[in-house]
Order: sequence, then C-alpha cells, then structure tokens
Amino acid sequence: MDTTPTYPTGYGQSKRRAQRAAFGIFRTLSLIIVFTLFAILGFIIYKGAGVISWEFLAEAPTDGMTDGGIFPAIVGTLLLMLGSAIVAFPIGIMSGVYMNEYASKSGWVVKFIRLMTNNLSGIPSIVFGLFGMALFVKYLGFGDSILAGSLTLGLLSLPLVIRTTEEALKDIPDSIREGSLALGATKLQTIWKVVLPMGMPRIMTGLILSLGRVSGETAPILFTCAAYFFPQLPTSIFDQCMALPYHLYVISTSGTDIEAQQPIAYGTALVLIAIVLVINLLAGWFRRYFEKRVKTKQ
Amino acid sequence: MKKVLERVVKWLLTASGFVTSLVILLIIAFLFAEGAGLFRERVIEEGYVLALHPDNPVREMTAAEIKAVFDEDITSWTALGGPDVPIETFRLEDADKYFTEEQLGAQYENAGALISELIGSRPGMIGFIPESMAVDGAELNFIEDNSISPAEVFAGTEWFPTATPAPLFGMLPLLAGTLWVSFFAILFALPFGISIAVYMAEVASPRVRGFLKPVIELLNGIPSVVYGFFGLIVIVPILQQVFGLPVGESGLAGSIVLAIMALPTIVSVAEDAMRNCPTTLREASLALGATQWQTIYRVVIPSSMSGIASGVVLGIGRAVGETMAVLMVTGNAAVIPTSILEPLRTIPATIAAELGEAPAGGAHYQSLFLLGVILFFITFIINLTVEYISARNRAKNR
Repeated sequence: MDTTPTYPTGYGQSKRRAQRAAFGIFRTLSLIIVFTLFAILGFIIYKGAGVISWEFLAEAPTDGMTDGGIFPAIVGTLLLMLGSAIVAFPIGIMSGVYMNEYASKSGWVVKFIRLMTNNLSGIPSIVFGLFGMALFVKYLGFGDSILAGSLTLGLLSLPLVIRTTEEALKDIPDSIREGSLALGATKLQTIWKVVLPMGMPRIMTGLILSLGRVSGETAPILFTCAAYFFPQLPTSIFDQCMALPYHLYVISTSGTDIEAQQPIAYGTALVLIAIVLVINLLAGWFRRYFEKRVKTKQ
Repeated sequence: MKKVLERVVKWLLTASGFVTSLVILLIIAFLFAEGAGLFRERVIEEGYVLALHPDNPVREMTAAEIKAVFDEDITSWTALGGPDVPIETFRLEDADKYFTEEQLGAQYENAGALISELIGSRPGMIGFIPESMAVDGAELNFIEDNSISPAEVFAGTEWFPTATPAPLFGMLPLLAGTLWVSFFAILFALPFGISIAVYMAEVASPRVRGFLKPVIELLNGIPSVVYGFFGLIVIVPILQQVFGLPVGESGLAGSIVLAIMALPTIVSVAEDAMRNCPTTLREASLALGATQWQTIYRVVIPSSMSGIASGVVLGIGRAVGETMAVLMVTGNAAVIPTSILEPLRTIPATIAAELGEAPAGGAHYQSLFLLGVILFFITFIINLTVEYISARNRAKNR
C-alpha cells in the first residue's frame, strides 16, 4: 500500500523556501547587531586611541578641564568599585548561601526573598540615586561622599551577587554535602570547606561581572558622590570623588569648551570601554579556567 | 562552643537574606516620605502672596491659570470669572516702573505701603509680592493659596517646576515621553531580539552561537553613558541630516539607543526560554515532516511564548528606567510628544537633570521624588508581571 502522504505540488519546495527566507532574515538581523557592536567599539577605539597616553592616564585635568588627564576619575571609579564590593559581596554571598543552604526550598520565605531580590534588580538606577541621596547623603548625614556612593552602588549590585551565588551553589549535587555531613562535619563546616570552595569559580565570575556593572553606573552617583572637578585625590571616605562615567557625561554634554574637550571625552569613553572589556574577558577566562579544575557538574 | 558559632552564623545568614527586602522597604519609605510632601506644599511660592484690588471677586486660581496670567496668555479677568477688566500683572521687579528710588527708599522700606496702595487703586491689577509687604495694605484681596492638588500633578500637562509665582508640576508630558520612547524602543528591538534569540537557540551552529553570546553580553556590559555619548556624537547628527530636523536630539534618537540597550535582555531571556523547550516536542514535529522553520514557529515559539514575553517585559522595564543615555540624546523638552522626531523628556532624565539644582526640601525637590515613586511603581508592576508570567509557566510545565 502506498503510504506516502500527498501534498499539493510544490509544497516541499515552498516550505524549504520559507525556511531559507526566515533563516536568512535571522542571520541578517544578527549580523546587523554584531555590526552595531563593532561600530560602537570601533568608533570609540578609533577616536580614543590617539588620546590615550601616559600623561592622559596619570595626570589630573588642567585648564578648566580642557587639557590634562583623567587620573582622579580613574582612581575615583576604582575606589567606588572597591567600596561597593565591600558592601555587596559579603551580604550578597551570605544571602545566597542562606537561600540555597538554609531556607527551605519551597517555603514562602525563599519565594518572598526571591521576589524582593528580583524586584530590586529591576529598579532603575536613578531611583537608587534618589534613595541614596535621601538616606545616606541627607538622613544619615554622610554628605556627597565616597561612602554614600559606595553604599548606593553596593545595594544596586546586591541582587546580581545574590543571584549568581545562588545559581552557583544550586548546581552542587547534594551527594557531596551528604558525604561531608556523613564524615561528621557540621553544616557550617560543610558549607565553609566543601560547598563554598566548589561554588567559588562561578561566584567569582558573578562578582567580577557585578564590578563591571558598577564601574559604568552614572545615575546612582550623580547625587551621592560624583564631583565635577576634584583634581586632588580623595583622602577619606567622606570626600567626594570624580568618576569616569560621570566625567564622560559632564564633558560631553555641559563642557565649557566642547571642541577642546572632545578628545578627552573620546579618551574617557575608551578607558570605560576598556574596563568593561577587561572585566568581561577576565570573567570568561575565570569561568573556563576554574571549570576545568573544579567539576561542579557531573 | 561549636554549637554557638553554628547558631550565630545561621542567624547572620538569615539576616542577610532579608537585606534586599529591607532595602525595598527603605526605598519605598524614603521616596514616599519626600514625594508625598509635595501635596503639603502651597501652590504659590512660599512667603509670597497674590494680591488683588478689593473689588475683584476672583478668589481661586489654579497654578496653570496663575502661570497663564503672568505669561500674559490670559489678559482679561472675565476668563477667570471676574469683571471685564484687562489684567495688569505686577512683580516686585516692576516696582521701579511705577516709583522712583527715592519714593521706595534705600532699603525698600516704603515699598510695602506704596505697592499695596498701587494694587488697591488699579482694579485689574494682580500683584505677586512678599507677604510682609502686603500686611500694611489691609485694603487688598488675596488669591487663596491652596496646597498643590494631586489632580494638577498627575493630570497636569505642563511641567514648569521653576516658574514663578506658581510652579507647575504636571507630570503627564514626562510620563508620555517615557512611554513614547520606550514603546518605540521595544518596537525597534523586538524583531531583532526575537530573531537573534531564535537564531542562537535553534539555527546557529555552536561556533556561531559561541561568537554571538559574548557579543550580546558585551552589548549588555557597555555603560549607558557610553551609549549616550555614542548616540550624541553619531546617531543624533545622522538623524538630523536624514530627517532634516532643526535639532537631532529627539525621541527617535532615544528610541534607537534604548533599543540597542534593551536588546540583550530580550535576547538572553527569550533564548533561555527556547532552549528550555523540550527536545521531544521538537523531534515530534520534525518526525511529522515539518521543516526546521515550521517546527520553530509552530512548536518552539508557541511553547516558549511565556519566556519570550518575560524577556520583552523585562526589556520594557530596562527602557523605562534608563537614565543617562536618554538624558543625553532626547533633547529634554517637557512637552507631550506628538511625533517621534521631536525632542521629548522622560521621567528618569528629568530626575537626573533637575535634582542637582532643586533646593533640598522644596516643592521642586519633592516633585522629583514623586517622579521617583512613579518610576518605582512602573518598574515594580513590570517585575511583578514577569514573576507572574514565569510562575504560571512553572505551574503549567509541572
């Protein structure tokens, strides 16, 4: 008996043609986006590369910000990254450990915390800026300071740290925990000696990526920390500081002499992009390096 | 000893688990505390009154009417339910048009009496003067100074937070601007986002995917201020030339930049959803003789629809809340947009641009916190929607 289904003539051909067209469109659109990324990166690297010099990186701005370098802004951004790490990493990792190791997986507590964490990660950065200004700058009286900026940025990056910690620990099989417990280790010892070291590579990757995010944030530090011009280096955590993203914003929108400042803007943008690139490469390298050494999945 | 340590650590970990919830509560508390203060503020600038001729029956004016009067858009009292006399406005700066310096006195000590007398003698005059100056001229009527009403704020169409005598805090243009750019941003990002997600999840070889994934991650990692800078230097001039605009900073420039920025969110969430679509479904479809493309749009896309929707909604959230890039390229004109080619202004951009200049504790400052509250709620609702979609999806897949 003939079991071949009957199709209208040309059906097979037309459906193959439809597939070719659809995939062609997908490929084209993907290419456009790849091109967009390279256009942005290429443009900034091309325009900024000529500006970068040792003087540009290691000197303070001079002549009303129309000349000189961006050293204080680089230092400021590094300080803010460090400060936010001090705020977010311990709390975030502890919170992630609690979620995965202590709280009951299906209980309302976990659901509630996860809901709140997801919500926090969706709150716009400018709202963090408002909040940081109201709480840290005004209410607690820190003033515009590195402390207030770091706290604000730390809270902003908290959800990312919590989520990556949780994800990292979730993939560690229970049999490993049970093995440790069976050997007589307490729960805390198990977490400290077994679970955390195994989860570390992926936690670290998350931490590095959160630093990358912090380095580029402008809105949260607008009103909590960033100074337009603060050429000397900050001496205490109650000082204001310059920061790369804010510097780029100010110089490209409200500079005193847009023409003379254009090169500085390109240079600043390039340094910012470089930080992001380095951090992304570092995170990727970290992930690959440690995944070879520690097998967290079976 | 060991037991105590275990318990302390457990307690500490539990406490840090609730930090995010605490932060959200604090954000709500602080934003509300400042934002709600706006409705306790008076319409007319503090310490000032609007004085009228004693025979003028007008007692109530909205902030918008006050502004129109002082901008000379309203020129007769009939428009405000008063007598048929033309309106004359008087501000303190106008004092030397009516009086000489000797008359006013070196310290302006005679100004109060003179101005009160002047307003009392001109039936059509409305004077915006300090409270202290009006006291001695008892023969005047005053416009009632009500507190700022929610209707004027939430339904007001004019945003002039620094106007005198009465600032206008109509938030509609800002809300409309925000939704307008976000809408177009998603419109641009959607075809790209879905196509790339499908391509990465279903079509591309592992090598191509291994190349595309970092590209998308990098797009996500570029700081918003760099996007803004790129938009300002490259996209804005191009748009100005192509469309022959007077200024290139426009809603369209904002939408394009936002589309690029929202794209990674849409792609990664939608791609995840499609990769989680069970292989058995796909194989069943292919076994029935469907092509790969038919399988994708008849089986894979419908079955991962909720994940795709989550991605799109999250992308909208990202677009709505984005500050710096939008601030730099949209031109920041606080008018209700009628075309995407006009400059417009979004809520986050307004906060970022104006908070630095608004005196702390004043009505303007509080109105910016109120904008923060609105923004918070928009994103809160968006996040809850995403949670709802994915919760429903989990329940369905169980």
